[in-house]
Amino acid sequence: MSETKTYKLPIGPVHVGLKEPITAWLDIEGEHIKDAVIRPGAIHRGVEFMARERNPIQVIYLAERVCGICSFSHAIAFVKAVEDAAQIEVPIRAQYIRSMVLELERIHSHILWSGVACYTIGFDSAFHLGMMLREKVMDVLEALSGNRVNYAVTTVGGVRWDVTPAVERTVMDMIHYYRNEFASFYEAAINDPVVKARLRDVGVLTTEQAIKYCALGPTSRGSGVRADVRWSAPYDAYCDIHVEPVVPQDYTGEVHGDVYDRFLVRVYEVLQSLDILEKIMEGLPEGPITFEPKVNKLLTVLKKAEGVGYGCIEAPRGDDTHAVGLKAQQENVQWWKVRAPTYSNAVSWPLMFKDNELADAPLIINSIDPCISCMERMVLSDTSSGTKSVVTKADLLKLCREKTDKTRRLMGA
Amino acid sequence: MILGLVMRVIAGIALMLLITVFAVLFEGVDRKLHAVMQRRIGPPLLQPVYDILKLLGKENVVPRWATPVFFHGGPWVAMIASMMVFMYIPMGSLPPVLNGSGDLILILYLLSLSGVAVAVGGFASGSPIANVGAQREMILMMSYEVPLAIVVSTLAWFAYKLGMPGHPFSLETYVATSVWSVVGKAGFLGLLCLFVAILTVIPGETGKGLMDIPEAKTEILEGVTVEYSGVNLALLHIGFNLRGAAISALVVSLFFPFSLGKSIGLSGVPMAIIDFPWFWVKVFLVEVFGVTFLRTAFGRLKIWQASNFYWAQVGALSLAGMILISVDVLLH
Repeated sequence: MSETKTYKLPIGPVHVGLKEPITAWLDIEGEHIKDAVIRPGAIHRGVEFMARERNPIQVIYLAERVCGICSFSHAIAFVKAVEDAAQIEVPIRAQYIRSMVLELERIHSHILWSGVACYTIGFDSAFHLGMMLREKVMDVLEALSGNRVNYAVTTVGGVRWDVTPAVERTVMDMIHYYRNEFASFYEAAINDPVVKARLRDVGVLTTEQAIKYCALGPTSRGSGVRADVRWSAPYDAYCDIHVEPVVPQDYTGEVHGDVYDRFLVRVYEVLQSLDILEKIMEGLPEGPITFEPKVNKLLTVLKKAEGVGYGCIEAPRGDDTHAVGLKAQQENVQWWKVRAPTYSNAVSWPLMFKDNELADAPLIINSIDPCISCMERMVLSDTSSGTKSVVTKADLLKLCREKTDKTRRLMGA
Repeated sequence: MILGLVMRVIAGIALMLLITVFAVLFEGVDRKLHAVMQRRIGPPLLQPVYDILKLLGKENVVPRWATPVFFHGGPWVAMIASMMVFMYIPMGSLPPVLNGSGDLILILYLLSLSGVAVAVGGFASGSPIANVGAQREMILMMSYEVPLAIVVSTLAWFAYKLGMPGHPFSLETYVATSVWSVVGKAGFLGLLCLFVAILTVIPGETGKGLMDIPEAKTEILEGVTVEYSGVNLALLHIGFNLRGAAISALVVSLFFPFSLGKSIGLSGVPMAIIDFPWFWVKVFLVEVFGVTFLRTAFGRLKIWQASNFYWAQVGALSLAGMILISVDVLLH
């Protein structure tokens, strides 16, 4: 056979099928993807650096803004890290409310993703249906916290908003609504022949590969790995409520590890979240909702704290780990490290791309529900000097000081 | 003779303008209906008109690696070829403008020409993404032409064998005598198969819904049209709209030639006046079913799946229709 020629085609950084900037350079032969190289680095926000000028309470609001979809997960993971460092006990009622909001967030994230997956394969009707269904859970979050995104519910040592009887009613209404209405989306998306034809055997990640490359959350569960922080290391209300990881083999009897399996996992997790919410509402204990309601007193406690804390929770996209360093008599956070789930999941992208078609490329990128802005860590490479070298921390600090000096001079200071 | 020619030219130009307006309005209705079916409000009916007017006032950007002649020529040829189709289609009781100078084969040729012109424009734009789109357009065309050719040739053979008045490859034959009225039971089933087969060709021809493959916004960024802007893009939009209307008009002429004027006992000019809007109502209904319904109900297929669908499933369906009709002719 004669050797066929491949050509390079970029997907991204700006592409209709992607919601955030990342580039996938594909080696294409006709429609066939021979190889793929992922090039991140199109966006960086430096939130971890910004946190060093804030006290832990202020960082909560920064943590919420790491991601718009799993904002509460990031806030909780950060708060848990601080509580771990400062050895703060959280009241049981607050733990239940936290779990409740986490589940609400999971529902809205998964419905959003399922809609976007349908949109990526040109099935706009299912996308709009998904968006319409998602409204209900957004309404509940608004009733609870007053916000539709970035709920600002949590604080160090508890939560800021209590679940009133009115909110309880809205949550029960929502559960009832989804039990009736979610089936329409389920029927339209899961059982549709075209969706099945488009998602089956696309972007396959086998069980072994998922374990080897440390895939997390629905990505690993879609490959048949029973991995769920709520199950393996329960926290908050999950200590009382048993959560079984949702894996496709339990529902279809087989594991393909493809995009369709990830789709199934997310849809069944929405149904599972409804069950969990019901149990949380049944067992919601009475009591205080925070360790210390007065912020000044709380800050004094935190100022005395010294040490390193870790917080790990199951975000809708996989486990979200935060680590934080506190120093006694220092008001600000010393350092803060965010490990968003996309960081681990993105490693498996080149494997998923192999031997698929160009038509599947945006779908495969979207299949792990990437959150590029949460994941991006800066790599600066200096090509201007001719020698291609990576800019070091010292270089960066030097550049930064030069820039500050320049700005000061310009301002006449 | 000269007066006749002048009259034809005037009628042709008037008809082309009218049809262009109809075809663009169809897209407005399609978008609105599509939105309503998804429980959205959707754009105003005249949105495609506004879009095209806006594009007509914009600059044509030509990529550095493009071949300008083919890049600019593609949209023009695509639009004119689809427009020409209407010169050979009888509208209601009105005979076609270019009466007697063309037939079904020419119509199919013009429809393919319009597709090829779009693909050539895509190849000529020099962008790898437009290239992929153009390849897909060609593959899709090769796929749906097969069932389309089977349907048309079966009907022609059928008309010839049964001795329907007129030339078997002339559309006027089918408009004068409805094919449904001359078939037996087996033939009726066969015609039904052929009808369903040609309905599935509409999304392929218009590049919508299931067969939105050459454009595929979320995959290859509108594919063949990715490098087009300004006047060229407006022409492409008009061309796509005209192609949709043309294939629907072909389906109406072949399978729904029923005249409203005749059924309420009119004849001559009043019948022609009533049948002209009636024809467009039928075209509209076929387009709503073939384009709007299908694109609301289904997602996009991959190119090999589309090819497979046309060659295997629709091909088998049209062959079944062919066999049933042959049986019917033998029984006659």
